[in-house]
Amino acid sequence: MTAVLQLEDVVKSYAGHPPVHALDGVSLTVKKGELVGIVGPSGSGKSTLLHIIGTLDRPTSGTVTIGGHVVSTMSDRRLSAARSSLIGFVFQQFHLVPSMTALDNVATGLLYTGADLTERRFRAFEALQRVGLAHRITHLPTELSGGERQRVAIARALVNKPAIILADEPTGNLDSRTGQQIMSLFHDLHAQGATILVITHDRELAEELPRQVHIRDGKLESDSAMEEVA
Amino acid sequence: MSAVVVHDEAQSNDAAQSDDGAQPVDLGRSRVRLADLAAVAASAMGSRRMRTLLSALGVTIGIASMVAVLGLSESSRADLQTQIEKLGTNLLTLQAGSGFGAGDATLPVDVTSAIARIGPIENVTGVVTLSDTVLRNTEVNADATGGVQAVAADLNLLDTLNSSVADGAWLNEATSDYPAVVLGSTAAERLGVTTAADGQQILIGGKRFTVVGILNPFPLAADLDRSAIIGTQAAADYLGADLSPSTVYVTTVPAFVEDVRSVLGATADPENPEEVEVTRPSDALEAQNAANNAFTALFLGLGAVALLVGGVGIANVMIMGVVERRAEIGLRRALGATRGHIRDQFLIESLMLAGLGGVAGVGLGSLATFAYATTQGWNTVIPAIALAGGLGGALIIGAIAGLYPAMRAAALSPTEALRS
Repeated sequence: MTAVLQLEDVVKSYAGHPPVHALDGVSLTVKKGELVGIVGPSGSGKSTLLHIIGTLDRPTSGTVTIGGHVVSTMSDRRLSAARSSLIGFVFQQFHLVPSMTALDNVATGLLYTGADLTERRFRAFEALQRVGLAHRITHLPTELSGGERQRVAIARALVNKPAIILADEPTGNLDSRTGQQIMSLFHDLHAQGATILVITHDRELAEELPRQVHIRDGKLESDSAMEEVA
Repeated sequence: MSAVVVHDEAQSNDAAQSDDGAQPVDLGRSRVRLADLAAVAASAMGSRRMRTLLSALGVTIGIASMVAVLGLSESSRADLQTQIEKLGTNLLTLQAGSGFGAGDATLPVDVTSAIARIGPIENVTGVVTLSDTVLRNTEVNADATGGVQAVAADLNLLDTLNSSVADGAWLNEATSDYPAVVLGSTAAERLGVTTAADGQQILIGGKRFTVVGILNPFPLAADLDRSAIIGTQAAADYLGADLSPSTVYVTTVPAFVEDVRSVLGATADPENPEEVEVTRPSDALEAQNAANNAFTALFLGLGAVALLVGGVGIANVMIMGVVERRAEIGLRRALGATRGHIRDQFLIESLMLAGLGGVAGVGLGSLATFAYATTQGWNTVIPAIALAGGLGGALIIGAIAGLYPAMRAAALSPTEALRS
C-alpha cells in the first residue's frame, strides 16, 4: 500500500519566552485506505497537527507529503490548489453556509476547482447519495438535524474525491446516538476505500477505530500500528 | 469505487508549475469562475437584506441627487435654449446712448430706413418714447401714471419682436392714424383695462385714446410691456411728437448677427457711432443660463458629499461582514480558495452593493428630474454623462470602499479564521 500522508520530524513552534513547541518532532505515515484516530487531550497539539496535515499552516521544520506532493514548502497559492484537490475537511461546527441548500453547500466543495455549476451540482448530488441524504438536497441547514448537517459536511468533504479526509471532532456537537451514526458512516466510507483521519479527545470513540495515534505535549505518545509491529 | 482517487482528470496540466514538475499528479491551480464569485456575493447580500438595502441607500441618495441636479439643470437649460431660439438670437436693439451732455438723446429720424439698407436684415422697427403722461381718466392725479409710458411704434413692431395680441387687435394702416392705443400687458393691468372690446378710453398727454388691443408680454423687450402704444402718425398729429426713435429693434439673417452688429452703430448715426448702444437681448438669457451653472456646481458638490458618506457606509458594512464571516472565510480557504479569491469575493460584493445603489440612484434621480421638469412644463433632458457618470461613480466608490475590507479578509490566515 502506498503512503497517502507522510510526516517526517515535523516541528511547529511559536515565538515567545520561552518558545512554545506545539509539535515537537512528529513523524507519522498513513497508508491509502486507512481509518486513523488521532487522540489527545486539549492542548496536546492535535489541532496544530490537523492544521499542518490540512495544509492550513506550515511546519517550522520537517516535511509533510500528501499524495506524493511535498506540501510543507509550497506557496500559499499552491497550497490552496492542494486543499481544493487533495484534502476534504469535516469540522466540529459543520461550517455550512446558512443561506444555501444542502446541495449547494456540498457543491461549494468544488467551487475552487473551476468546475461549472452543472457539474458541481451533479457531483454534489452523488456525494449526498453516498451519505444517505439524497432526499434532503433542497433543504437549508436550519431545516436539518445536527446529524444531517454533519452528513452534508461529510458529503462536501467527499465531493472533490480527496486523497485524505480530515475530521476535526466530528461528533463534538452531536448527542452520543447521532455521534455513533456519524462514526458508522466513516466506517462505511473506510470500507469503500477512503482514507480518513479523525481527530478527537474522546478515547472511547477512538478505540473503535482500526488505528489510534495518541499525542501528548506535541509528541507522539503511542501508535497502535507501531505496537503491532513491535 | 473508491473515494481515494486523487482528482486528476479535471486538472489542467499546468507546465508553468515547474517546482513540482517531478510530482506524480499535477495539482493544477485553484481557480473559480467570476460568475460563481458574483453568485456567492449576491447570496451573501441576499441573506442580509436589510443591511444590504440600508448600506446601498447612502450611495443611492448621493447618485440620485447628482443625477437629478445634472438632469434638472440640463432640462432647464434646454428649455431656456428653446425659449431663446423661439425668440430669436438674431434680435439686436439700438438705443441712443446718453452721452456727454446729450440729454435724452435720440436717433436720427431716418434711422430705420438707413438700417434697412444693410444687406442681411430681416426686419427693422423703431419705437419713439413720448414724454406725454398716460392716465386712466381725468379723475386721477396727474402724477399717478403707474409707470406707464406712451410710445409710438411702427406697424411691424409685433413681427419684429415675435409678440402677439392677447385681446382686440394690433394697430393697422387706419388705426395708426387715429387716437387708438394698444396696451402692453403690464400697462393694461395698471390702467385697469381688462378687455379691448368695450371701447374704453385712456388719456395720453390729455388727449383721449381708445383702447383697441391688449398685447401678450414681450419676451425680449420688457419695457414695451409697460407701454401704451400708438401709431407714429397719430403721435405726430395729436401729440405733436418729434418722431426720432429712441429705440430701434433689428432682426438679422441669423448667420450675420455679428456682422450686422458691428456696422449698426455707424449706420444709425454716422456722425456719432459711439453714442449708439447696440445690445443683443438674448445675451441676458444666456447670462441667466450661466448663472444657473453656478448653482449646479454647488448642488453637485453636495451630491458628491452624500456619495462619499454612502461609500463610508459601505466600507463599514463590509468590515463588519469580514469580522462576522471569519468562519466562512476559513471554510473557503479550507475548500481551496486562494487569498485572491477571498479578496475578489469581498470586492465583488462591495461593487455589487455600490452598483445596486448606483442603479437605484440613477433611476431615482431620473424620476425626480422627470417629475420636476413636468411640473415646470420642460422637456426632460438627462445627459448621458450623468447616467454613465452616476453608475461609474458608484462603482468607483464601491471599489474604494471594498478594497480595505477585502484585503483584510484575504490576509486572514485560515487557521485563525477557523478558530472561531
